[in-house]
Amino acid sequence: MDWDWQNAINALPLLAEGILVTVELTVLGSLLAYVLGLVFALIRQLRVPVLNQAVYLFVEGVRSTPLLIQVFVFFYLLQPALGIRLSAFVTGVIALGVHYATYTSEVYRAGIEAVPKGQWEAARALSIPRMRVWTGIILPQAVPRVLPALGNYTISMFKETPLLLAIGVVDVLNSAKEVGAETFRVIEPYTLAGVFFLLVSYPASILVRRLERRVGTV
Amino acid sequence: MSEPYRTPLTSAMIQFDDVVKKFGDHVVLSDLSFTVKPGEFVTLIGPSGSGKTTILRLLMTLETVDGGTIQVGGEYLSHEERDGRLVTADEKHLRRMRKRIGMVFQQFNLFPNMKVLQNITEAPVRALGLSKAEAEQRARELLDMVGLSDKVDAHPMQLSGGQQQRVAIARALAMRPEILLLDEVTSALDPELVAGVLNVLKQIAETTDITFLCVTHEMQFAQDVSDRVMMFDQGRVIEDAAPEKLFTQPEQERTRAFLQAVIDRSA
Repeated sequence: MDWDWQNAINALPLLAEGILVTVELTVLGSLLAYVLGLVFALIRQLRVPVLNQAVYLFVEGVRSTPLLIQVFVFFYLLQPALGIRLSAFVTGVIALGVHYATYTSEVYRAGIEAVPKGQWEAARALSIPRMRVWTGIILPQAVPRVLPALGNYTISMFKETPLLLAIGVVDVLNSAKEVGAETFRVIEPYTLAGVFFLLVSYPASILVRRLERRVGTV
Repeated sequence: MSEPYRTPLTSAMIQFDDVVKKFGDHVVLSDLSFTVKPGEFVTLIGPSGSGKTTILRLLMTLETVDGGTIQVGGEYLSHEERDGRLVTADEKHLRRMRKRIGMVFQQFNLFPNMKVLQNITEAPVRALGLSKAEAEQRARELLDMVGLSDKVDAHPMQLSGGQQQRVAIARALAMRPEILLLDEVTSALDPELVAGVLNVLKQIAETTDITFLCVTHEMQFAQDVSDRVMMFDQGRVIEDAAPEKLFTQPEQERTRAFLQAVIDRSA
């Protein structure tokens, strides 16, 4: 095997920067996906006029096209059209967050639907105000049940961050590529980047599975 | 909030006039009429699918009528008079009427994310505007009454079915309803837990002036607590009598056959 330890060690500082970017993208993107997904789900469930249809079309559209194309469109077409210029990093967070929100919204919807009808009926029989029924009864039962599914989407998002190279975001895999370009050796940085993904993703999926056993699945 | 003075339409607490309810093409209730007097305990018996539960759900406004009218305490439940015409009532009217009625469900339907105490205080605080302290004091009294003072801090899932149902009864009473609807409240319970729930209900029926409308298959209980029993079949009341009469000398052959079937099943 042709493995150069010196090259591996030299690659670490740049890789560390990439790791930080990947983690930041995943954390911020996930937060956006969790919040926006819930907003989408509530708009659909409450059948808010106009917005309901708009969200439906948006969700279907986003789910039917590749993330890479959405990133391109958002960065190179939409932003200039709107006269704004966000950094590649912020664009990446928004693109990942919105893309995954279309998936998490369906997860939330399944969680809400899984709350037994009797809960709604009891709340109604007790005259509990509608808003309170959502915040005090339905969501506290629906959200814990969907946490494992949300965790799975975070893991997917984490592994998809390299695609943001398309707009110049240097995540861990892209920093490995840079190292390779400087040293003409790609084995060490790529392997290290792969090890990093494995070291994070695998324990994370074990955690999700454990959570599934605790709260059940939707 | 003062309500405009209305001449009561009727002295009955509950009055059904020619009520029709359909699910698709299936007619569940056809031109159903009956009344329940204030403070009366009326039990509905009859085969499954005869529309008994639908009556309770219509009263709780969990279903809407397809024809006829329902009055509660001298007011239309889901209609309003506007320009001399009877129209479907708005949500505000329904909300006001709903507060007069409580319901206990077959499946208890406690809120699993709340402890026992909060299950009972939630509605008085959120819907009646009681202070937390007032609501909690009342909840403790009610838990005492249903024999569960030691379960204040328990989660519903830690309780037996019978205990959950007694909490559900306390929860319904916390809203101080004029009418309490009991929808097969012991059907989901293990046999040895039934008596505890029925004793609590009997005690409430005897010590309050709440009007009860009860759907049950517990014939002994029905005979013990009811002022009146209505035998239901295919969406109609086919016999309506005092329990001692209906259970011992039913006039209708259908009633006799039904009672015999219940006895055979439990034997």
